[in-house]
Amino acid sequence: MNQDGYELVIGLEVHVELNTKNKMFCNCSTDYFGQPANTHICPVCLGLPGALPIINHEAIQSCMKIGLALNCTVAENSRFERKNYFYPDLPKGFQISQYRWPLCTGGWLEVSDMNGQANKIRINRVHQEEDTGKLTHSNRNSLVDYNRSGIPLVEIVTEPDFHDVESVRDYAKKLQQIFRSLGVSNADMEKGDMRLEANVSVRPVGSQELPDYRVELKNINSFRFMVAAIEYERSRQIAALEKGEELTQETRGWNEEKKETYLQRGKEEAHDYRYFPEPDLPELQVASQVVQIKKEMPELPEAKIRRYKQDLSLPQSAAQVLASDSNLSKVFETALEISAGKLTALTVANKLINSQNGASLLPEKVVQDLLTSKEGLIEDNNEISKLAQEAIKENAQVAEIYRKGKLTAIQSLIGVVMRKSQGKADAAKVKETLEKLLNSES
Amino acid sequence: MRQPKSDLQNSQNIEHVAKLANLPLSNAELAIYSEQLDKIIDYINQLNQVDTKGVEPTFSVREITNVFQTGEQNQSLTATEALQNAPVHKDNFFVTKGIFED
Ligand SMILES: [Zn+2]
Repeated sequence: MNQDGYELVIGLEVHVELNTKNKMFCNCSTDYFGQPANTHICPVCLGLPGALPIINHEAIQSCMKIGLALNCTVAENSRFERKNYFYPDLPKGFQISQYRWPLCTGGWLEVSDMNGQANKIRINRVHQEEDTGKLTHSNRNSLVDYNRSGIPLVEIVTEPDFHDVESVRDYAKKLQQIFRSLGVSNADMEKGDMRLEANVSVRPVGSQELPDYRVELKNINSFRFMVAAIEYERSRQIAALEKGEELTQETRGWNEEKKETYLQRGKEEAHDYRYFPEPDLPELQVASQVVQIKKEMPELPEAKIRRYKQDLSLPQSAAQVLASDSNLSKVFETALEISAGKLTALTVANKLINSQNGASLLPEKVVQDLLTSKEGLIEDNNEISKLAQEAIKENAQVAEIYRKGKLTAIQSLIGVVMRKSQGKADAAKVKETLEKLLNSES
Repeated sequence: MRQPKSDLQNSQNIEHVAKLANLPLSNAELAIYSEQLDKIIDYINQLNQVDTKGVEPTFSVREITNVFQTGEQNQSLTATEALQNAPVHKDNFFVTKGIFED
């Protein structure tokens, strides 16, 4: 069987629970984690007759932030709709969601594939909806807790632009970093803050057409299992196609014991949600708020990586580690500022990256430790001078820029020397030496 | 105009709609509702004859936009209050017939 003649075609749907103070359509508190069942509920999120929803502005703003971070356009007119189905965790008999008028559309995110190549994944939509309650199974009964019912949920849908598992992994990781740096969700997969669904099919390599079927992988609550399920589906679907079998639209889950996917719902049982506009909620016209929201948005990981590389001369790997964790990057930047030029960016970065809990260190302590412990520091003037000369020679352009008056260019040269010394050179001395060399040679 | 449908098609439609609405219907009821649904569809078809090209649909009778929560938190119901009309409940939970995800 030729597995190589085929390629995966995957589209992803990610749901993320927002960390707003209130629920999506009522004033109930969202702070229910670890609390007794059915204590954070009201007539609205219990779906009692006559209860009327009111939109949570904070959630809409978070949804727009996510959309903007993913390069989407915020719609001039957006609307909620009712998605109708029956399940005990959905007390109203419908979920308030968006369908024909999503809040954000048409974005993209760049991810790396298995060859380390960057590809743009097109984002179809980022829309706002509400979460359901939680079911626990006990003997022959199901127990229902509605504390989670009505928690704001954002759904992000991509085009079928993924062709390998590495890209899926990178996408999920980048989304998680974006949610966390925007501060809109804790995005903890284990706690169910962030959930992944994949639409998977395969096609012959070289084909540009979308397969006429897709298998929906659902209710898989661990990223590791999702990857395993996609790999399994790849083999299963290729084997079926090679045997001349026809694949159809279906929903499958993951059985971790047997390490295989299993049929949950076939084509004939496909849902018919009968969406229609939610008559109890007015239209949203929030595109004019985009300018203000953009101002409030923090620097995103991709931009941070770029800045660390360009302005601070950090190597890609270090920039990536620091930028991927907003707490860690905060400690890094504060420490660098406190050190007031006495330490290089690379020295501080290395110290934090090599600490087990860099994100929880006190920046003052980091600087103090680095400045007082001269252990292992290269203080030998000749040694530093040699490295500095090398650095200037290899980066003649940067040296020229410095000499023309852009004094901050020296940071980049300090970075080179620090890398050459593997972070062991005394940064203050490096700076001093470089200045001396640069000014005397001009 | 709508094509006339066989009785079988009608009752299949009704069964599908009843299933979506989670309603258990007897055969006698299926027959009654088939006939009623027919009339409703006829009526809708009559409405469909009106030329609405270029007319914006109305989704809400109140022409307002951007109505948001005030931000304050309200006192949630207590579990006792919430559960008082539930046919079966146990330890703060609503109890329902077992639903198993396969
Ligand atoms: Zn509520």
